[in-house]
Amino acid sequence: MSLDAATVRRVANLARLRLDETEVEKLQAELNGILDWIEQLQQVDTDGVEPMAGGAPVEVKLPWRADAVTDGAQAEKVLANAPDREGEYFGVPKVVE
Amino acid sequence: MMRPTDLTLAEGLEALDKREISAVELTQAFLEAIERLNPRLNAYITVTGEKALADAAASDARRAKGEARALDGIPLGIKDLFCTEGTRTTAGSNILGGFVPPYESTVSANLKRDGAVFLGKLNLDEFAMGSSNQTSAFGAVENPWSRANDPDRRLVPGGSSGGSAAAVAARLAMGATATDTGGSIRQPAAFCGITGIKPTYGRCSRWGIVAFASSLDQAGPVARTVEDNAILLRSMAGHDPKDSTSANLPVPDFRAAVGRGVKGLRIGVPAEYRLDGLAPEIAALWDQGLEWLRAEGAEIVPISLPHAKYALPTYYVVAPAEASSNLARYDGVRFGLRENGSDLKDLYERTRARGFGAEVRRRIMIGTYVLSAGYYDAYYLKAQKVRALIRRDFEEAWGKVDAIVTPATPSAAFAMDEKQDDPVTMYLNDVFTVTANLAGLPGLAVPAGLDGQGLPLGLQVIGRAFDEETVFAVGGAIERAAGFTASPQVMA
Repeated sequence: MSLDAATVRRVANLARLRLDETEVEKLQAELNGILDWIEQLQQVDTDGVEPMAGGAPVEVKLPWRADAVTDGAQAEKVLANAPDREGEYFGVPKVVE
Repeated sequence: MMRPTDLTLAEGLEALDKREISAVELTQAFLEAIERLNPRLNAYITVTGEKALADAAASDARRAKGEARALDGIPLGIKDLFCTEGTRTTAGSNILGGFVPPYESTVSANLKRDGAVFLGKLNLDEFAMGSSNQTSAFGAVENPWSRANDPDRRLVPGGSSGGSAAAVAARLAMGATATDTGGSIRQPAAFCGITGIKPTYGRCSRWGIVAFASSLDQAGPVARTVEDNAILLRSMAGHDPKDSTSANLPVPDFRAAVGRGVKGLRIGVPAEYRLDGLAPEIAALWDQGLEWLRAEGAEIVPISLPHAKYALPTYYVVAPAEASSNLARYDGVRFGLRENGSDLKDLYERTRARGFGAEVRRRIMIGTYVLSAGYYDAYYLKAQKVRALIRRDFEEAWGKVDAIVTPATPSAAFAMDEKQDDPVTMYLNDVFTVTANLAGLPGLAVPAGLDGQGLPLGLQVIGRAFDEETVFAVGGAIERAAGFTASPQVMA
């Protein structure tokens, strides 16, 4: 599988990365190099193999916790790093006309 | 007494205990070393000297009252991937802007609980993505070692924990925190002639560590000796309800395991790790390491890990996929950098293009592609199946052996202008380390010798899940046999 320039632009759009045209060509070459190398995985017979889920070395059941509020009422801490704020809200450009 | 910066962590604890030195004096010595050498090495992004001295004074007060804790007064560096309350945390990226976490990561909180003094935040590859520490938005880190025949050529410290490894090697910290997603503790430890362990997945909480690839990321220490690693890991590890993948298991006394010896242990040697073109010096060091263990009473057993050769391409599907998802949060809205745009989407795209460096953008692109409609099964699901086979290979090996010993890296530290031609060349650095991440197993790198240019080379010990004790025992035996006493050219 080889990526064309249109696919590179489409993926960049999905990833919300602005690319200028000079970058498209460079990235296309680099990504194709990486994908060609990854292609060797297709040689492996994985029929009937359950894909690994998570990173645990032995299958473990994830724990449950009570569905209870344990945290909150920390608006100032939450907003302390905001690039823009309006009162107790994050400020963003107008979305709805 | 020795110069304070030359003390190992264990020796430092003893000197503090015997009142041969105070925590303030010890901290002062490291801060002076940082002031002198950091402008060259660039190991620290942020130095928190005032806070360190205040914490050291508090530590001395505790000790005076007979209330000293496990690490009381020990000066450490913290990889700048761990959130530290009130201290800027960058992840080596511009996109975090001037982010100051309002909370403390569990691992660093555990170290503070035990009385450690934090000297500052250590440089790393951006979002821990790299093997040379050259992708950091805060500049490259220089390896304190250099080649005997080319002393002016600057070498990389490895990555992503390049600042951690360089700082410990140059005596700018007694030990440091690090993280390892594909080799990011073990490869820089090997390149800088120090010791580091990636524990079993789940041994240390990931809470408060800037996420890269959540099913692979694991925190661990780097320090100058195996024993120092064992001391640090005991404090860092432990169950944390805030990380659902954190293991609810008791934390053993790792330090007691270091001197246990290897008599009767079966040590596996994977045939697949004898790569075509493996450097003769690396192969010879590996053989030497096995000979040391045999002489100490271990049995050397050939084993096979038939899917190991697929580990790197598997990693380069799984890790970028998880990274593209984890890094979606950097959108310029809630924290970090913002680049204004004509609308919200434009703001996102401009912020992310400006804030992420080239390697991070490349991995986000790969990850987004392999997760996108029509490709998920062919890439991501396929890789997770191969990953299950890699884990199964290890499970079968544990029927025959107690630990596995391999080289840590395929070469010694390379120069800053090498391996820049294409991304895949850089990725091959992790060929020996990445299997342990994919299978979730503990792996330790320990210095075992020097190459022809006088650069350190390391061996790796891989163990069973949650059996770091055997890993420390084997690492301790290699360390004793190797008697590695060489030190870097740039050193406090």
